[in-house]
This record gives sequence, structure tokens and C-alpha cells, in this order.
Amino acid sequence: MSQPFRLDHGGRIHRDAPLQFTFDGRPIDAFRGDTVASALLANGVSLVGRSLKYHRPRGIVSAGAEDPNAFVQLGHGARTLPNRLATVTPATPGLEVRHVNAWPSLDFDLMSAFGLAAPFIPAGFYYKTLMWPRRLWPLYEHFLRHAAGLGHAPNAPDPDRYDHVHAHCDVLVVGAGPAGLAAARAAAQTGARVIVADEQAEFGGGLLATAERVDALPAPQWADVAAAQLSSAPGVTVLPNTTAFGLYESNLVLLAERLHSDQPDNAGSESGARVWRVLPKQIVLASGAHERPLLFANNDRPGVLLAGAISTYLNRYAVAPGSRAVVFTNNDSAYRTALDLADAGVPVAAIADVRVDPDGNLPAQARAQGIPVHTGAVVVQAHGRGRVAAAELCSLDGAPLGTVECDLLGVSGGFAPALHLHAQASAPMTWNPEVAAFAPQPSHGIHPAGAVTGQLDLASVLRQGTAAGTAAAAAAGCSNGHTPAAPQAAETPTSDLKPYWLPPGELARTKPQFVDLHEDVTLDDLRLSLREGYESIEHVKRYTTLGMGPDQGKLANPLATGVIAELLGRDPATVGTPRHRPAYSPVSLGAIAGRHIGPLADPVRVTPMQEWHESAGAHFENVGQWRRAWYYPHPGESMHEAVARECLAVRNRVGILDYSTLGKIEITGPDAGEFLDRVYTNAWKRLRPGRCRYGLMLGEDGMIFDDGVTARLDDQRYLMFTSTSNAAPVLAWLEQWLQTEWTDLRVYLTSVSEHWSNIALAGPRSRDVLAAAGTDIPLARDDFPFMTFREGHVAGVPARVFRISFSGELSYEINVPADRARHVWEALLDAGRSFGITPYGTETMHVLRAEKGFIIVGQETDGSVTPDDVGLGRLLSRRKDFLGKRSLSRPDSARPDRKQLVGLLTDDPALVLPEGGHVVDAPGRRRPLPMRGHVTSSYFSPVLGRSIALAMVSGGRAALGERLYVATLHDDRWLPVRSCHPVFYDPEGARQHV
Amino acid sequence: MLLIPCPWCGPREDDEFTFGGEADIPRPADPAALTDEQWADYLFMRDNRRGHHREQWYHTAGCRRWFIVERDTVTNEILGASTYGDSQ
Ligand SMILES: [Zn+2]
Repeated sequence: MSQPFRLDHGGRIHRDAPLQFTFDGRPIDAFRGDTVASALLANGVSLVGRSLKYHRPRGIVSAGAEDPNAFVQLGHGARTLPNRLATVTPATPGLEVRHVNAWPSLDFDLMSAFGLAAPFIPAGFYYKTLMWPRRLWPLYEHFLRHAAGLGHAPNAPDPDRYDHVHAHCDVLVVGAGPAGLAAARAAAQTGARVIVADEQAEFGGGLLATAERVDALPAPQWADVAAAQLSSAPGVTVLPNTTAFGLYESNLVLLAERLHSDQPDNAGSESGARVWRVLPKQIVLASGAHERPLLFANNDRPGVLLAGAISTYLNRYAVAPGSRAVVFTNNDSAYRTALDLADAGVPVAAIADVRVDPDGNLPAQARAQGIPVHTGAVVVQAHGRGRVAAAELCSLDGAPLGTVECDLLGVSGGFAPALHLHAQASAPMTWNPEVAAFAPQPSHGIHPAGAVTGQLDLASVLRQGTAAGTAAAAAAGCSNGHTPAAPQAAETPTSDLKPYWLPPGELARTKPQFVDLHEDVTLDDLRLSLREGYESIEHVKRYTTLGMGPDQGKLANPLATGVIAELLGRDPATVGTPRHRPAYSPVSLGAIAGRHIGPLADPVRVTPMQEWHESAGAHFENVGQWRRAWYYPHPGESMHEAVARECLAVRNRVGILDYSTLGKIEITGPDAGEFLDRVYTNAWKRLRPGRCRYGLMLGEDGMIFDDGVTARLDDQRYLMFTSTSNAAPVLAWLEQWLQTEWTDLRVYLTSVSEHWSNIALAGPRSRDVLAAAGTDIPLARDDFPFMTFREGHVAGVPARVFRISFSGELSYEINVPADRARHVWEALLDAGRSFGITPYGTETMHVLRAEKGFIIVGQETDGSVTPDDVGLGRLLSRRKDFLGKRSLSRPDSARPDRKQLVGLLTDDPALVLPEGGHVVDAPGRRRPLPMRGHVTSSYFSPVLGRSIALAMVSGGRAALGERLYVATLHDDRWLPVRSCHPVFYDPEGARQHV
Repeated sequence: MLLIPCPWCGPREDDEFTFGGEADIPRPADPAALTDEQWADYLFMRDNRRGHHREQWYHTAGCRRWFIVERDTVTNEILGASTYGDSQ
């Protein structure tokens, strides 16, 4: 038989369904119902990994999600999964399992030289040693990366799809052990909609590994019946293989459901997973408890297991994790393990009990079976290299009690509530002296029940679960007059736990004693942290990395609380527990991302002309969520050549731009003019219908927030254009003032950004093109002058036409209903063909406006720029108040050395300055070199035949013509420039008026 | 995640909303009459209260109404919501 540690009978494995998987390429025989861990133990595999810092051999410690050692890599290639726990991964046929932290191999580990040469690297080592000298960091990093065994990422894009499920229910039950099953049953009986989730493949938790009886049935059988009833109950959703990993505000709970390959809907894949976002009305927290390890020298040796885990392997998986055992405990529960071992035919050579006089039923039974019980005794050291070979016992006063041979050492320091979810939500918890650990208090729709409250007696747990389920359903408003009855179990009189944190006297100095097995944090590390003044549990955590592994310190933290308390001579209740954060256990990134990847990661907004742009070969750029045509290269043209051609076409003939992305807000109502007066810096009430005006909007801090043209459509109606990326913030800002402050104003806002498309015709021939396309609007200069607006038809489509210009040329911005925009766009192109019409993109638009010195909010401005800084002080009304006005009279706003908008001309006209380049007075070696300002926009201007740049320069306006330098980042050069007026082309503004 | 009870739309997830800071800070009637200190107090100083907090929220991806939410800043518990009409 290939499974030497498999028991002949018992367990819940399916002996008629044998299967095989591999561990590091070696075949491992298992049965359906095994976990990877139980199968490894059945095959006598005791070494599953090596520790993070010292590469000490490590074995399986637990039978659940709390294991600090059993992290493995599953599968290979694109579907591989790192950071999976062997203890909760079902064994499936053909599964590839690999260790994660040994190099080059698990049995021969080069890194353990780390452990031999410098036996123990103290906490804070990384901070103290590796920080200096800095030039060696790449070396350290290379070494640390290789040493830090956290598995490896897939080597190709994930081929699987992951879904998110959004669910609501009356009662969510977290955990399907005895308390959770009882709670779910009770809640379901009241008619509540229930979701019950458990991280294991089978419901039942501790019930699956105990010989106790519930409602006269063996506990595992009762669990099966209860689970089956829940599965078929109306309104109940059962989720096995599902971990509740995060609890957030409003009691949102995130669940990760693992879909394994033996499930038909996920054939052939190991990585499939679903994330459930559940918003329950009430939560029953039945997350159970984690058994606490105990400190002694070499307490990390493979073969040292939590006592409860031994019982689970024996009873649930029919695996004896050793052949001769010693049990070390401070409470009654481990006696049950000793009895289980004896039942399975594994001799128990000794029980060391910290307590002097344990008088519960279980100790009595163990004695009756002839198991040697040493009271007032502790294990102080484990012997053996690759695996535990003997346990050294002492009395509490330090007197040696001999060394007992064993290959299995079961330890139990009591059970600490698995309060992680509760603690993530900062819900209240209190120190429970009966279990010497923190336990959650009921709060905000959270009903803790079972072992998570510190209650360990099965009969009481079942009653508590029933009560919690009933109360949760009632609180959720579900009641049908039915009072659910609690399942019955026998009470077991127990003797009290005796807290035990440190070995007695000098024995606490024996090395090494591990507090956190995953992070290799030792008792000495905690001492060092406290000695150096890091006494708060949060500081200890950061100094030592306690609890910072992917196991989230499930075993380490409850132990550390007591150890720190004893080292400091304080009450553990005052030490606390570190803040817990999601995720409770590792969740694959693919599951968290769900379908929100690739093209679905962010919505893409396109204009009605998108397909035309694509067919015209446009290159695109993203502007917020908008895809905008950037430039339209002809075959063989570079970007530079295409942009130069487009720019010259606009300056010399006519260009056409899709400017539909501009924000558009209709402002209506009798007080619309008054409203604009308050939000814009200039005056609006007297603007006549049919006219347009450029406006500046400031924050209350006086800094430019947005700019754009607003037209008065008629007496009570205005149309405001906002910058593309500011459309939503401007609307929110305007609504905020209207709704919260100026509630007396009769003004209504409507976003029409997507209703009206905007096509800009620009260039000296734009009037001819518009006429040729067919319009009923008189276009003569005096009929339709600059900065006015006309309503009519263009190419047969109702249109609002604005004679405004962002290029400085004669220009019309033609607004048409979006569903007709493509037609108008093509009609204008047809009409313009004989005039040489040229479509242009955003790059050309930027060059043209920079030639005119027009600012772009967010490019020239950065939230610290006033109107005067960019030379727009003339737009500040003196006669009225407006948002931000008061801030402009602060002394800081009048500083003469404020950064001001200037133009920069390079000495070398072919050289285009880097945007963002720092402007300085003179090159120099001094560091930091005093900075005068920075380049905000920089282009090659085809019409001027040279480069141009805009910059914000301290005191720049008063010193136009001065010699300045722009520093380059990449090659340490200083580019000589001269400042100038920021309008480079047509400074008198004649061209837009023709 | 906060479940925010919009007075017009009912409880919705917080990603539909925009936070608007502390409520009940009226704009001074005559800003020009204020000293720099008084103006700075209006502009920048907030109570940053621990516990019960009245704050403004905007239902950006919903009804586009601003309203007041009362929230415990320690527990993030939402204690209530009201419209500007209610409070005036
Ligand atoms: Zn709403």
C-alpha cells in the first residue's frame, strides 16, 4: 500500500474513488475527499516547504486556512496559482502541486546556508543592514527576491474568465461548522433568505472530526443531513469552497468561491473562481476558532501539529500523521486528540499538561486508558533535524522530566476566536479570560456565534448558533411565528484553561522559539522589538513583520498578544491585537478583477464620427474616457509631417475638427444670468441673446477651475461649453451652489454634452465651405460676426452655429443633434473638397491654440494659478462678487514673484523643449538649483517654421525678453531660451474677425 | 463600501456618489467685508469631527441632487440623510 499512514477504516474519504496527483513531480496516491495536505500526510510526506528567512524545513501544522507553512503552487503556465494552502485544496486527479520556497530543491536547499552561517537574523535586519550602502541595493534585492518564497506568477495572460456575483439576502452565515449550520437552519426556518458559506469543500467544520453525537446521530452524519436540508431549502444558497475574505462598511461581505476542476462547470481549470459581493441585512459570524501553538525550542519542526488538526486528520481523513505521539497542552481539548490517537492505534507516549490539577472528564478518560499524563509539565524542546524525533519535558519549576521519543507532537494552547472579519470592520471585541483571547462583541447587525465567541462546548455552541440565526432573521424582519429548536448534544464538563505564554525561567532563552512560523519571527525578535521601544502591538508587527505573511498571522497574532503581555508584565487585554485587513486568505487577482479587464476595464466614449475617423486612418489618444482622433497620417507620413500638414491647411485654407467631446450644459430659468454672474469672473447679465462670451470659473480659493465660451441662446437660456475632461466636475460644482447655497435662484441645469455633436470648421475658407454645404444662416461678416451665435440649418439639419475660435482663424463651431452629426460631417467634407478641406486632430488643435497663447486648463494651470497669472486679469469684474474673488485680494495673490504665463523661444529654432522642463536663470552646479518655472506646452509651429513653448515663470511678465535656460532630465543639458509674449501668431487677433 | 441612502433614490452604493465635504458652511454674505483670517476660516477650516458628522453628498450617477448625510466618522455608520429642503 502506497499510503503508509492511512488508517484501515473510518474517515470521510471515498475509498472507492482513488486518484493520483503530483507533488514536485512525485506521484501521490489519494482518495476523493482528501485535501492535498491529508494525502501528503497519508503518504508520509512531512516536508512541504522551507521557511522564509532561515529556510528551515517546515511541515503541515493545521487542517485549515490558518496554516502558516502549507502554501503551495498549483498547476503550471498561464493557469498556475501561487499561495494556495494544501490544507484547504481538495486533492483532484492530475493536480500539479509544487513547494514554493526552496531553491534549488526542497530536499537540498542552498538557502539554508543562510540558517547555518548566520543562525538568526534579528528583526529589523532589513532596515538596519540592507539600507546602506545604497549602491548595494540591487544586490540585496536580487538575493531577497530569490529568498522570499511566495510562489511565482503565471507566465502568460490568464485564459480564464472570472465572474462577480452581486447578491442580497436577509442573513449571511459565515462558516458552516456546528454554530453556522444551526444558525442557517434556524434562520431558514423563519423564512429568511439565507446564504451560508464555508471555506471547506464539505459543510460541518469541527463536526466532521469529532466522535460526539448531535440529535442522537454521529456528528458528521448530522452535519450531512443539515447540509442536505439547507441545499434543498427554498431561499437558501449554500456555498462550499467559499471564503468570506472581507467585511466592509455597511456590512458588505466579499466571498471568494473556488471552482475546482471536479466541478462540471469548470472542467479542466484549477483557477476558476467567483467573487460574491453580498449585502446581507444581518450577518451570523460563525467563523470558529484557531488553535494556538505553544512556545518551546524548535517548535517549528515538521511533525509538530496542532492537536485539533491531528484529530481532524485521524477522524475525517483516516490519516495518522505519525506513529508515536506526545501531546502538550494547557486545556482539556488535546486530551480528546490523545484519545483519538489511542483509538487509531497510535501510541501516546506522554501528555504534558501545564495545569497542576486538570479535573475534567477528558483527562480522567485519558488516565483511565493508561496514557501517561504529566501535570504541571511542559515541553521545552523538540529534538530531531528534518522532523521531530523526541520531546524534552520539564516541570514548571524547570526540573527535567526526561526526553520522550516521538515523531508526532500535538500542541494546544487553547482556541483563539477567528475574529478577522469582525476586526477588519473595526467592530468591538473584548478579552475573554476563559480562552485567553479576544472575542468579538455583537454589533451593527453582526451576530457572533460558536467558537468565535470563545464557546467550545458543542451543546452550548449549537444553542448559541440557533439563537443567533433566530435573532438575525428577526432583526432582518423575518418571522413566521416559528421558534426554531436547537439541536441537542451532550455537555462535557471541562476544567479551565491555564494561559501559558513563555517557558519557565531560563528555558525561555533556548533558541529558536518561533512565534510566527511563516515570517520566521522568533521570541528573541519580540524581545528585541520591545527592548528598542517598539511596544505597541502595531509597532511590534511592523518591526518584526509579525503576522504580515499571506497567512495573516492567524496562529501567530493570538500567541504574540500573550507573549508580549508577559514580557512587558502587562495584562494581555491592554496589549490588543493588530488591525486585521482583507483578504482573510489569499484571493487570486483575476477573481478580484472579474470581467473588469481589457476593453471592459473602463468605459470608452466615442463620438458619432468614430467610425469615420477609423476609416480615415486616424491615430487616437485617450482624453479621460474619450477616444479622440489625434492626427490623420497619410500613407508614409510621420506624426510630425501629418501634424505640420494639418496645421498649415487650417492656417492657409480650411480644416475640420470633431470637437463633440466638449462639455455642454444648458442653463435655463429667469435667474440664469444672475447665476452666471456669480460663477464666472466676468459680467453676463447684459450679454445680448445671440452673443457669446469667454468665461473663467474659479474655485473659492481664487484659482482657475475651468474656462470656456458660453452663449446666450435666448432671454432665459444659455449654453455653457466646458473643457472635455471637466464636464462632470463643472456640472457638480454648479449644481452644488444652486442646490445648497443659492436655493432661491430659479435656474435649471441640463447636461447636453452627448445630445449635441460639435464640428469645428477653421481657416480662411471655412465660410465658403459652410455656404457650399448649404445653410439658411446669413454668413456675411456683418450678419454673423465673431463671438455671436445663430440658429438655423446646416446641410438640412437643425444646427446651432457659434462663431468662436480656438485656433485664431475664422471659425464656426457647428452643433447638430448627435444622430445627424455623421451626415453633417460628411456633407461639410464633400462641400469642402474643392477648398482643400483637411480633417485635423487634437494634436493640431493644440499646436494652433499654443501659437495663439490660449491656455488649456490642466496644462498651463494646475490648481495654483490665478487669472492674472495667465494674463487674464482683464476678465475680473470689479463691480460684482463672484466665486473666488475674495481670495484674489490675499497678499499671496499679489506677490510679484508669482509664476506667470510667458512664451519661450529657443536659440535653436529646430529644438522643441521638453514639456515639464524646469526653467532656471543660469546653468550651475548648485543643488537644488533655484527654479524659475516650468514649460507647460511645447510644439514645433509649422506656420512660424520654428519651435514655440509656453511656460509659467516666476516674475516672468515683467522681464519679457530675458535669457533663461531649460534643464533636460535625461542628458543634463541646459537649453538656452529667451522669454517673450505668449501670443506667437497674429498678435492683434485680426484673422478670426475677417 | 458605504450604502448611502439618497433621499430621492433610496440606498445605493457609494460609487454612484461624490463626496462634498462638511455641510452647514454658509458662504459669507459679503466676502469683501471679511479679513483674510475670516475668509481663510470659511475657505479652509473644517471641524474634522470624530463621531457624528454632517456632510454633503452628490448623487452623481443618479438623480444629481446634493443632500446631507449624517455619518459616524469612527464607525462609518450612516445615521441618516436629509434634503436641503428639509433643513431649511
Ligand atoms: Zn439620488
